[in-house]
Amino acid sequence: MTDLQPVLEFRNVTKRFGSLTANDAISLSLHAGEILALLGENGAGKTTLMNILFGHYRADEGAALVDGQELPPGSTQAAIQAGIGMVHQHFTLADNLTVLENITLGTESLYAWRQDQKKARAKLVAMSEDYGLLVDPDVLVSSLSVGERQRVEILKALYRDARILILDEPTAVLTPQESDNLFATLKAITKKGLAIIFISHKLHEILAISSRIAVLRRGAIVGSLETAVARREQLAELMVGVAVARPKLTAIAKGEPVLEISGLSTDGAGASTLKDVNLTIRAHEIVGIAGVAGNGQSTLADLLSGLTQRYAGSVRLNNSALPTGDPRAVVAAGVGRIPEDRHARGMVGEMEIWENLISEDLRSPDISNSGIIINSSKSKSRAVRQIEEFDVRCSGPEAETKLLSGGNMQKLILARALSRKPTLILANQPVRGLDEGAIAYVQNQLLQARQRGAAILLISEDLDELMSLTDRIAVMFHGQLSDAIPTGDRTIAEIGLMMAGQGSVTPGEERSLDH
Amino acid sequence: MSDLFDILLTAGFWAATIRIVSPLIFGTLGELICERAGVLNLGIEGIMTVGAMSGWMWVYQGGDLWGGVIFAALMGAIFGLLHAIFTVHLGLSQHVTGIGITLFASALSYFVYRMLLPDATTPPKIVPFQPIEIPWLSDIPLIGEAVFSQSAMTYLALLTVPAVWYVLFRTPVGLAVRMSGENPVAVEAQGINVLAVRTAAVMVGSAFMAVGGAFITMSWFDAFYFGMINGRGWICVALVIFASWNPGRALVGALLFAGLEALQVRAQQSVGAFIPYQFFLMLPYVMSIVAMIIMARKTKYPQALLVPFRRGERV
Ligand SMILES: Nc1ncnc2c1ncn2[C@@H]1O[C@H](COP(=O)(O)OP(=O)(O)OP(=O)(O)O)[C@@H](O)[C@H]1O
Ligand SMILES: [Mg+2]
Repeated sequence: MTDLQPVLEFRNVTKRFGSLTANDAISLSLHAGEILALLGENGAGKTTLMNILFGHYRADEGAALVDGQELPPGSTQAAIQAGIGMVHQHFTLADNLTVLENITLGTESLYAWRQDQKKARAKLVAMSEDYGLLVDPDVLVSSLSVGERQRVEILKALYRDARILILDEPTAVLTPQESDNLFATLKAITKKGLAIIFISHKLHEILAISSRIAVLRRGAIVGSLETAVARREQLAELMVGVAVARPKLTAIAKGEPVLEISGLSTDGAGASTLKDVNLTIRAHEIVGIAGVAGNGQSTLADLLSGLTQRYAGSVRLNNSALPTGDPRAVVAAGVGRIPEDRHARGMVGEMEIWENLISEDLRSPDISNSGIIINSSKSKSRAVRQIEEFDVRCSGPEAETKLLSGGNMQKLILARALSRKPTLILANQPVRGLDEGAIAYVQNQLLQARQRGAAILLISEDLDELMSLTDRIAVMFHGQLSDAIPTGDRTIAEIGLMMAGQGSVTPGEERSLDH
Repeated sequence: MSDLFDILLTAGFWAATIRIVSPLIFGTLGELICERAGVLNLGIEGIMTVGAMSGWMWVYQGGDLWGGVIFAALMGAIFGLLHAIFTVHLGLSQHVTGIGITLFASALSYFVYRMLLPDATTPPKIVPFQPIEIPWLSDIPLIGEAVFSQSAMTYLALLTVPAVWYVLFRTPVGLAVRMSGENPVAVEAQGINVLAVRTAAVMVGSAFMAVGGAFITMSWFDAFYFGMINGRGWICVALVIFASWNPGRALVGALLFAGLEALQVRAQQSVGAFIPYQFFLMLPYVMSIVAMIIMARKTKYPQALLVPFRRGERV
């Protein structure tokens, strides 16, 4: 295969953002029928490289070549015409328009007097059957699930006859089932002669699907190898630079109950409404909640974060009632919050790092004068200390928060939540979208907090994570929470069944177990 | 009360409604096009003033009527370009820029008017567009007189509604405009220049606004007065929300408002003896606020309205 001309080639691509070199003289090639996995930590420069290829960014040096022809820099249109299709890390779809509209945009001349909707629909339907990517062309994108949206993104690229398909962390938002479907589709696509670049942090996925792996670290290619000879530990080490191991739990005596939930129900109907939830978490304890997204985990998390107003039942924190519907009071009562969506809820991207870091304690004398005027020099020097302590890689406390990579943004959230030494930590999907190094970091922080005496509620869809990190596990299904029984008393398979609603989710024994 | 019903049955009332609605249609559609592309254009009040002055002035200086309309549209497009440079290309606040454009454009219109006509004491007049009776149709009782005996510009306004709808919802360029207002990144990812689409939309929308202004001095009245637009531009901004960014519903909203205004003038004469006339002046505005409150709950804003787009920025 190597004697053939590559369909895509990067030659010495360098891209700088100010003093930061996001891509450092990258050379890479891709052949037809191949799936090349691009592996790298958060902020390694994977998305940047793809954005250069697709014309969103201009390289400072070097160029991308398709079929030996240099691509004109900075032109999305030229990239599309050269046969490049990109499924962005964050979907680029318009929610209030239909699937067909999203796909056909830009495929017809802007000066045409009419759209040939019939022809477009026929082509789309034929194509989606061909590739097994079924979606209804006439529904609004807003009504689609995440997995379906991704199908639309792939169809968008295929509709324009892409020969090179780029998928930027396609599985970060998918359920395991959806990921498997995606992999089947990708295999089918390469059979038709397309070449694929697949970006991911998840080693097992990369090992399962790719034919070749290139590892990116701090903007440079540090290794390129055939998947057949690659080993997991070796990849992790290449990616991070040192060997990483995910932390493990050590035994420790449990303390007093910190969080006591009994008979908790919320208003409304549907799978995410809580129904008679009971749970106790003690000091020095991590309790995991497993479950498929949308079964009430977010409702519980919102409630404990002080976002939900009304519920029935009792929620007690350190022996007094948890304030409801008042996030500030909840934080003051000792809850540290790691929200599920760091972009939407965790941080204000447009604000500077130090501003985000003080946003939970605007009234504290540490950072403001008599709670009215923010003392920015105090706040910034505190931010500098936090940045150092939590190893956030950024240009300083005044950097715009949205410029941070996912892992660094999560460290910032940890810095904000954990600096207050909370007695209860609410960690909702704390490692989603993070690379191995960042995952190990976040998990270590949680374990340290446990050591210190915090009670931790860990909500996750990743069963491996729950098995290795929790003292007890409960399963949530349709708003009901099973008893939290010691981790290890149930197998992963049993928990998987309970997540699907089979097996017993009805509570019963917990009270006798705890009291 | 029965007086009010009598008014509703006169052809004069309906003819007035259709006349009053015409500038609102142009203005509302213009604003709608801008907002569909993601740009709020609060320059509308000033751009309508520019249109009213420049179209009229063209005719007063000896040009013909349609030439005046085209000139007004051109002037509107130029101010639209100004708005687009600040908001689309430089990404400045759309609110502040829009209000700035309104202040600047109105003041400039009055200034030019005074410069060209320094000694006019009573506003000079032109020969405006005349009513055209459409054969056959104008003979229909009530409707014939109300709808089919209007000026050419009114017919143009009514035809513009389906035309704008068609372009927005049935052509590739309309799709690009709507998508720019929903998710500009998606537009760029499909190889289309978002800044160009938005700039063009703001210029075309502004041209519509200016034609709406020109209607007032060239078809409804025959002279240019200071303060003539009198908040119609702001009404158009409200009507766009009322219409949920939909041309057909914009027509309904504009008709409702125009009808109330026509009714108000007539009601002042009949029942005005008992109720102060200010009450009637207020009526259309109160009704539009009420209608907005009811309608606005269900509206779906273009998701990228007010959001600037910069190339090469992390998204
Ligand atoms: N437009 C931009 N302006 C400034 N800095 C940027 C911009 N885009 C990316 N960066 C920086 O470049 C570096 C590489 O970012 P990039 O998004 O390519 O990382 P990544 O490998 O895709 O990470 P992740 O796994 O988190 O998606 C990061 O440090 C990021 O902060
Ligand atoms: Mg990325």
